Amino acid sequence: MDLSILSYQFMQNAFLAAFLGGIACATIGVFVVLMHMPFIGVCMAHAAFAGALLGAWLGFNPLLGAFSMSILSAAIIGPLADRGEMNPETSVGAIFSLMLGLAFLFMGLMPVTKSVALELMWGSILTNTSSDIILLAIVSVIVVGLVSLFYKEIQATVFHRDMALSVGIPASVVFYGILFLTGATITVSLRSIGGLLIFSLILNPAAAAYQFTYSMKRMFFLAAIFGVISGWIGLLFSYFFNIPSGATIVITSSIIFIIAIAFSPKRKVKRWQAKNSAEGMHD
Amino acid sequence: MIGNETGNTVIDIENAVVSYREDIALRGVSLRVKRGEFVGIVGPNGAGKTTLLTLVNGLARLLQGQVSVLGCQFTSGTGHVLRKKVGYVAQMMSLDPRMPMSVHDVVMIGRYGRLGLFKRPSKHDHKIVDKVLELVSMTPLANRPIGHLSGGEQQRVAIARCLAQEPEIFLLDEPTASLDWKSKMDILELVKMIHQSQKLTTLFVTHDLSAIPVSCNRLILMKDGFIWNQGGVSELLTDTQLSKLYDMPVHMVQRHRQEAVAA
Repeated sequence: MDLSILSYQFMQNAFLAAFLGGIACATIGVFVVLMHMPFIGVCMAHAAFAGALLGAWLGFNPLLGAFSMSILSAAIIGPLADRGEMNPETSVGAIFSLMLGLAFLFMGLMPVTKSVALELMWGSILTNTSSDIILLAIVSVIVVGLVSLFYKEIQATVFHRDMALSVGIPASVVFYGILFLTGATITVSLRSIGGLLIFSLILNPAAAAYQFTYSMKRMFFLAAIFGVISGWIGLLFSYFFNIPSGATIVITSSIIFIIAIAFSPKRKVKRWQAKNSAEGMHD
Repeated sequence: MIGNETGNTVIDIENAVVSYREDIALRGVSLRVKRGEFVGIVGPNGAGKTTLLTLVNGLARLLQGQVSVLGCQFTSGTGHVLRKKVGYVAQMMSLDPRMPMSVHDVVMIGRYGRLGLFKRPSKHDHKIVDKVLELVSMTPLANRPIGHLSGGEQQRVAIARCLAQEPEIFLLDEPTASLDWKSKMDILELVKMIHQSQKLTTLFVTHDLSAIPVSCNRLILMKDGFIWNQGGVSELLTDTQLSKLYDMPVHMVQRHRQEAVAA
């Protein structure tokens, strides 16, 4: 393989961004998959997108707008999911569509160039600057660091929040901490992957890892590997075919997920169990 | 021990009024439980039985009254400390069959509260987990994914997780609900054995008359957020008492009880 592309500074930055973003997004994805909250994640991603566009329209840092809006949406959705009185998806759906509406409103109100808006929509990993990378690195280290440091509290909360609470673990603090990290990760990955696509890079690697293991630790590792592979393969496709990087990265992660579903040993166990119980019934 | 217990009383509830969501779930309940006592709590759905348990492990919203558990006064800040010493087994949870957790992992969660932040399970913690798995006869399934177990097995794991906490109080909230007859009897037998061998203060909530542990020292009948009556099992489990508790004619209570025995 021709490795000369790695001699370009922008390519080195892009590979680094894909590595860091892949790990952070996939780690967050494990929470999203195991806590059954994909809709909350989608909603936060679109809130971040709307916030970034608000920043671009009003002339302040888009990432600041993205982070604030995504945390604001988490602050609204979190308590709704927390109370558990009704299925929160109705309210989350309403907030999700509001965020998308706001995003397009801000885009429409932007006076001149729309290129900033388009970049935030589908991402451009090849134009990452050093400061983008530093920000990504900081958030990735924080995400991975906190997960390692509070692994047992996180494991218990992800397994069952009420049960974690009943053994004396501050499960609500852990839950809101996870939402906060989700907001931060989405924000710093926004420029590389894009607001409309980022959620796939969160969900797909973790959903693929979920097919292969019954150990939560292994699921975190596998998800991170799939996240990084998605980023790197997508990046190469983007470079060689001159197509938007966000799209190629997300499509690669989707293909990995489909392959994982097809070869999942958990499906085989299910088939084996079904076969065994059918035989048992004949006995 | 957390604080000063008065005499042998580990749970002391005085005139507690507790809200659950928008409703008042307990309307002035007073209860004292002594160390090592086995108390059964029976009543129809909505009687406030679960709320009474959440009062003991510090998760309830106390509007009025005094609660002292293990010598620790009920305030919003003391809940975490208290819960580390109070084991709680809930109704069977619906679990994702592909959840990446083994039986051993789930039981280890019982140790996490006690361990506190930044500490990893030691050899000692693993030993305790192995011991409680042995006690509930789940050692052969220790490495099985938790989602692959039957309902009865999952409840055994929940009990093991509770015991791994080395609790001073053991709360069981409808642990036999939605289990088949055999699994129900097995769980009741296990709870009885644990109480007898460890002398653990035990509160057992059920709405199912066929799931009342006969070995309990005292039975509490609850209705509409009140303690309606309390006393010995044989004294309270009469057709007349149950007909008043469940608002059901005596002959229907008799028929249901006969059916339960036949089942």
